[in-house]
Amino acid sequence: MTGPILMKGNEALAEAAVQAGCRYYFGYPITPQTEIGAYLAKRMPEVGGVFLQAESEVAAIHMLYGASCAGKRAMTSSSSPGVSLKSEGLSYLAGSDLPALVVNVQRAGPGLGGIQPSQSDYMQATRGGGHGDFRNIVLAPASAQEMATLTMRGFDLADKYRMTAMILADGTVGQMMEPVLLEPAQPLNIEKPWALTGTQGKREKNIVTSLYLSPAELEGKNLSRFARYALAEQNETDFEAFCMDDAEICLVAYGISARVSRSAVSAAREKGIRAGMIRPITLWPFPTEALRQAAKQVKQFLSVELSMGQMLTDIELAVRCARPVTLVSHVGGVILTPEEVLHAIDHAVEVSA
Amino acid sequence: MTMFRKPRVMTATQTHYCPGCTHGIIHRLVGEAIDTLGIEGRSVGVAPVGCSVLAYNYFNLDMTIAAHGRAPAVATGLKRANPDSIVFTYQGDGDLASIGMAEAVHAAARGENITIIFVNNAVYGMTGGQMAPTSLPGQITQTSPSGRDSALCGFPVKVCEMLAQLDGPAYIARVAANSPKNVLAAKKAIERAFRNQIEGKGFSLVEVLSSCPTNWGMSPKDALGWIDSAMIPYYPLGVYKDTSRKGIE
Repeated sequence: MTGPILMKGNEALAEAAVQAGCRYYFGYPITPQTEIGAYLAKRMPEVGGVFLQAESEVAAIHMLYGASCAGKRAMTSSSSPGVSLKSEGLSYLAGSDLPALVVNVQRAGPGLGGIQPSQSDYMQATRGGGHGDFRNIVLAPASAQEMATLTMRGFDLADKYRMTAMILADGTVGQMMEPVLLEPAQPLNIEKPWALTGTQGKREKNIVTSLYLSPAELEGKNLSRFARYALAEQNETDFEAFCMDDAEICLVAYGISARVSRSAVSAAREKGIRAGMIRPITLWPFPTEALRQAAKQVKQFLSVELSMGQMLTDIELAVRCARPVTLVSHVGGVILTPEEVLHAIDHAVEVSA
Repeated sequence: MTMFRKPRVMTATQTHYCPGCTHGIIHRLVGEAIDTLGIEGRSVGVAPVGCSVLAYNYFNLDMTIAAHGRAPAVATGLKRANPDSIVFTYQGDGDLASIGMAEAVHAAARGENITIIFVNNAVYGMTGGQMAPTSLPGQITQTSPSGRDSALCGFPVKVCEMLAQLDGPAYIARVAANSPKNVLAAKKAIERAFRNQIEGKGFSLVEVLSSCPTNWGMSPKDALGWIDSAMIPYYPLGVYKDTSRKGIE
């Protein structure tokens, strides 16, 4: 493919998965991520891959577990209520140190909630989202283009760290159409000597398990896993700084909220307000150090999110509450407008003056 | 003269199973089938949650453990990702017929080319003897202390009869591990279920009626007898579906 193509974010993600070498997709229909399944149902057979509509979200993630056991790049996708069902699988994938790509195109909750965009699964995603101590690498695309590029990166990171990479998108980013440039991917080729491919009579058996009945052994497994997580925190934290050089007020936003915030920051700058934005691209690992550095310079932070202050907590932790952090949000599927965010910036400046 | 030997594919390990439990026999039958068919190097097993959660210790095979009930989904992923491998699950009655009913039924409906060994001992063994989806009416368990009351908690699930109604499966059979005659029949059925997969015939499930002396509160001998006197009348042995026989009879 040459030149940009006009695509929905969900379609860009699906094509990127194919480009990244994923040949196994297991999923269950749910709005607003249906285009991913629809696209791959056609696309996978073209590349000799497998598209399988599972009987449930639960089955889908365990099929992914099986394909990952076999050493293959595999994925599942869903939206918020479906991801709750997948939480069992997320925990088993983590406990078995299996690479996986899991997509959450978030919709409003809790419960059945609504089908409009939301960012209210932030805690669920960044804290692991299942029982036990574990993390997922959480990538937050803010455009159709990033739906593609972060999906490719997600597969590489999953293989590299033997953990789940989650694409935490939202209904807007999934549904909106934008030009997407699909650069040919060069997937990391990581050996998987642990894979269950049959011994072929040539090696000792491989066991993929999350069961350790000895507490000392299980503690050791957890600690070595967290040592790997520490490497991911060290090497993979990613964010974008926008107008931060001389900023006095720092917006923190990801996904569609970052797109809205970017407009609001530009509008504030036109009014002479020194606003800037830090946009986490990885939500786990969170750009803690960048925010800590920013706290030395800015007077206050605004957490712009489509949830009730879930990310705000991480900002406060990052800056050790050294600066005030104010929530700017809508929930329930209502999306912030640039005007609302600009108003919040104005208000914050007035209060601090 | 035939020497009695450990199947090649099995490890020289003592199992953790209770005295008199027939899991050991069923493991052996699986091992013999894999030996006979010469598929040791291609086979990948999926252990369940339940008494046989540690099955991977007893086979020299690549294996994993599925979450409770999810073994057929995990096996589906393994088989789809690597069609050359021979993938089997080994599941108990709580695992397959209760928490994992959806995964089992849909793998069967898809005609997924996998082999399922379904061990039915009418009780949750590992957690200490609770009522299972296959506990018999009147059966006393930890959670049906006055005997399973069908008015209160319904009736046992007859897995073979149910799955045989689907178009997907290739082979559905029920056997028992409680007598030499029944064990020989079980051996044939299990071998058949693996052979079907090699030949690409599709979903094969063998239900094996098994004993649990510990949780039934019986001696091993009485437990084997109870399979004859109580279980087989409710769960008749036989081949419930066999697509390769279609049109011959």
